[in-house]
Amino acid sequence: MSIAPAVEIRGLTKRFGDVAAVDAVTLDIRAGEFFSLLGPSGCGKTTLLRMIGGFELPTGGSIRIHGADVTGTPPYGRPVNMVFQHYALFPHLSVGENVAFGMRYHGVPRDDEPRRVAAALALVQLSGYEARRPDQLSGGQRQRVALARALALEPKVLLLDEPLGALDQKLRKEVQVQLKQLQRSLGITFVFVTHDQEEALTMSDRIAVMNRGRVEQLDDAARVFERPATEFVATFMGASNFFDAFVRGGDAASVLIELPGGAAARLPREGRAARAGEKLRFVVRPEKLDLRAHDLSTRGVPTVPVTVEDRVYQGVGTVWLVRGPGGEAFSVYEQNEGADEAARFATGARAFLCFRTRDAILLGAAGEP
Amino acid sequence: MTPGDGRERRDRAGALLALPTWATLGVFFLLPLAILFVVSFARRDTYGGLKPIGDLGAYLASGKFLEHYARSLHPIYLKIFWRSLWMAIVTTLVCLVVSFPAAYYIAVVAPARRRSLLLGLVVVPFWTSFLIRTYAWMFILRTEGLVNHALIAAGLVHRPLELLYNDFSVLIGLIYGELPFMILPLYASLEKLDRSLLEASADLGAPRAATFLRVTVPMTMPGIVAGVVLVFVPSLGQFIVSDLLGGAKSILAGNLIQNQFAVARNKPFGAAVAFELTAAVLLLLWAYARYTRRRGEDVLL
Repeated sequence: MSIAPAVEIRGLTKRFGDVAAVDAVTLDIRAGEFFSLLGPSGCGKTTLLRMIGGFELPTGGSIRIHGADVTGTPPYGRPVNMVFQHYALFPHLSVGENVAFGMRYHGVPRDDEPRRVAAALALVQLSGYEARRPDQLSGGQRQRVALARALALEPKVLLLDEPLGALDQKLRKEVQVQLKQLQRSLGITFVFVTHDQEEALTMSDRIAVMNRGRVEQLDDAARVFERPATEFVATFMGASNFFDAFVRGGDAASVLIELPGGAAARLPREGRAARAGEKLRFVVRPEKLDLRAHDLSTRGVPTVPVTVEDRVYQGVGTVWLVRGPGGEAFSVYEQNEGADEAARFATGARAFLCFRTRDAILLGAAGEP
Repeated sequence: MTPGDGRERRDRAGALLALPTWATLGVFFLLPLAILFVVSFARRDTYGGLKPIGDLGAYLASGKFLEHYARSLHPIYLKIFWRSLWMAIVTTLVCLVVSFPAAYYIAVVAPARRRSLLLGLVVVPFWTSFLIRTYAWMFILRTEGLVNHALIAAGLVHRPLELLYNDFSVLIGLIYGELPFMILPLYASLEKLDRSLLEASADLGAPRAATFLRVTVPMTMPGIVAGVVLVFVPSLGQFIVSDLLGGAKSILAGNLIQNQFAVARNKPFGAAVAFELTAAVLLLLWAYARYTRRRGEDVLL
């Protein structure tokens, strides 16, 4: 399968003064995939998207869309359309006029416009809304008009700049599913910017996690979640339990390490060149940790002795906040199964953290993917 | 206490608060207008005053009270009105065409920190009397003035050009004087313009000119209309500029009125012409108010 990428980004850089908002980013977006740019505010994801759309000119690097170099092409010359964060609907035009706005520049005959407008509105379940004004619509309806307006021009790539950010939580969840279904049925490449990791995981085929203008990890959605490559990605995806261990030895397939507290464990090597004496960092998600009253290290289970500091009751589950032997903070999430279990450990009690070796994710040196 | 009482009290408070406005309007606008209206139907005496009317019934019956309005329809005056109208239209159009790029630059293109400085430069001329600034144009445009000196020094012309005392110099003066009144409302509208709308237009395929015509202009229409009214109305009644820069030939409606009061001492005729002009302007303002109300925006004037 050698389908040409929809978007090829090579060494793309955007500087504002001394600050590189986007710093030498190279990546391919495959044709027909749902691609997310994920990261905290200020990480450069929106700037990157705006460069693909043509609203910012790069300081360096190049962009190709379906093979054609568009690095310096103005927005009106690119085969992409954008759904803006605040929708940017023209307030002086009706819904129908908004959707029809760009058609004359795309060779649509005037008498064919109403039919195309109706088709685009039907796509977002807003049939018959042509005569309404944008200020007569709800937030969710406006978002769908913006989507219809962009899709009506049949772009090769659709850019979406946090289009769900202004919607309330419940509506967001619904729209996420609808958007994903729409993308699948149309087969258009979606490039989606969000700071919400759950949103990215729900919708995306692949995710590029960005930090300080760089891509920290580009992977399938599940891999970004299960196998974060860096500390930043791990933290951003909600895995906050970092363990520092010493390498004691190992073979081609595994690394033998000494855990905080002295217990030994054997982790899969995953191609890392960890040598004896080196320090190693790995992460375990809160729901993959287990808090026990007894030491299981004698049975070969990786175990770290901890002190219980606090318990946060969350309804479905409970989060235990504990401290390791070196003062490291860990959080353990467990499902609530019975009323008694909630109070298994008193504050200040000694306990033991256990995990399965396959749930330990080895991290590279910070910042290195 | 029923809810109706509260509303009544609020209405009364509102009326009380509006009192100063109505008092000012009444004393400085409505009353003079009423006097003007009455005077325009009077007769003048030999010395420029008003002749007492003995029998009001007979005077009204004779139809003589309309003689000044009838006189104002004489082709000589119609020609002056027509010239005033034409000059005001040209002034307004040139101001609009010149101001739009200027206001656009200040509101959209220029970096935010330089915006207030640029706006300040637009307002700075107001620190000097309009009369003095108009005199300055005489020094710039006259045969031994700055422009002619420069042109001769550059070898572009051999004899000084006649730049002063014609329609050209009057237009220059009018446009120069009214320019800020066009730039400021345009700036206010453009500054509020959501940039993402321009981006959306470009994104949907519209080239720059199309974005300007289909998004920028309709979105800033309130500013355009306000600017047009603010420039057109004073240009129509101007007399200082045409007096100083236009010489004897260039008489506008404003000069005609001023002449009737100050020189010809025919107050009733002056009042009739002034009232006609005021009525035309009020009609225009009424149309503007209807326009803004229909768009649900604030009435600026």
